[in-house]
Amino acid sequence: MTELWAYLAHTPLLWLALTLASYLLASEAARRSGNHPLCNPVLLAVLMLIGLLRISGTSYATFFDGAQFIHFLLGPATVALAVPLAQVIRRVRQMALPLALALGAGALAAIGGTVLLAQSLGLDGPTLRSLLPRSVTTPIAMGVAEHIGGEPSLTAALVILTGMIGALIANDLLRLLRVEEPAIRGFAMGLAAHGIGTARALQLHTEAGAFATLAMILNGVLTAVLLPLLLN
Amino acid sequence: MLQAFTTLLGLQLLGEILVRALHLPVPGPVVGMLALVVLLLRRGGPPAWLEPTAQGLLRHLGLLFVPAGVGIIVHTDLLTRAWLPLLLTLLLGTTLTLVVTALSLRLLLVLTARRAPATVEAGND
Repeated sequence: MTELWAYLAHTPLLWLALTLASYLLASEAARRSGNHPLCNPVLLAVLMLIGLLRISGTSYATFFDGAQFIHFLLGPATVALAVPLAQVIRRVRQMALPLALALGAGALAAIGGTVLLAQSLGLDGPTLRSLLPRSVTTPIAMGVAEHIGGEPSLTAALVILTGMIGALIANDLLRLLRVEEPAIRGFAMGLAAHGIGTARALQLHTEAGAFATLAMILNGVLTAVLLPLLLN
Repeated sequence: MLQAFTTLLGLQLLGEILVRALHLPVPGPVVGMLALVVLLLRRGGPPAWLEPTAQGLLRHLGLLFVPAGVGIIVHTDLLTRAWLPLLLTLLLGTTLTLVVTALSLRLLLVLTARRAPATVEAGND
């Protein structure tokens, strides 16, 4: 038994397989909950794996030896975002100016609001820098965090929490503001709450989902360009 | 699938090289994505061999965040110390972003619709 564990503890295979299995299990749980925003598959899988690491006394470095093969795919997945983006761009060319201006306003609100709130609440240094790209889709946010001196893993957690908060409050908040148009709702949800907001927008309306995808990617690109410039 | 993966990784590599050579302030994969958008828009759509792999990667995008997400255990000290300011920043910041984006887009669409009535419906075709 100890001999078996000695083997398993040192092969990347174990944590690679457990990461995949946890995510499958978490996805199934999310589906059964009717995709409730609190029942996010990423969050559930992360909690499950943290539990397993704690129980087995495994370090994050050992875990990452196996999980890095999945992590590596973030790069090609970011490039693949071009496929849905090109599809939406063709559809919205005539609305380009209002969308571009609203994108700028939203991106500045996301960054400016984070700086003001975080600083007035006493957060600074690497924590603040990890918070800055929090509205942006995780693969881009982590790249940006690394670039500007934040902690990519902290950013990943804050990004996921932002997405869950956005998915939870967006619908009621936008109804309160009497924003009924699916295009506007989707655009706001994708910009503020990236992939998780986009998934939520898709549940509500196909049109909202398309605009959410557009806003998510454009905000990712704009924030990636803006943040390093603003910090200089 | 092999062709698609080679293309995606090739463009990512191109992005990483450009970022380093030109000192761009953007992650390499973002530059690779922009290059692919330009190619796709010029071509008129994704080639049949690219789309299934791209959509497949994006359908399971959540899985790809899990390894980094588990990295939060390295920051438990910070989270137990500063959970309240962090939560408030995320909650209020997300509210502000949603409100500003939705209201500014609605205002801008109304303003441009007055000049050219057809544009508001442009997304519905």
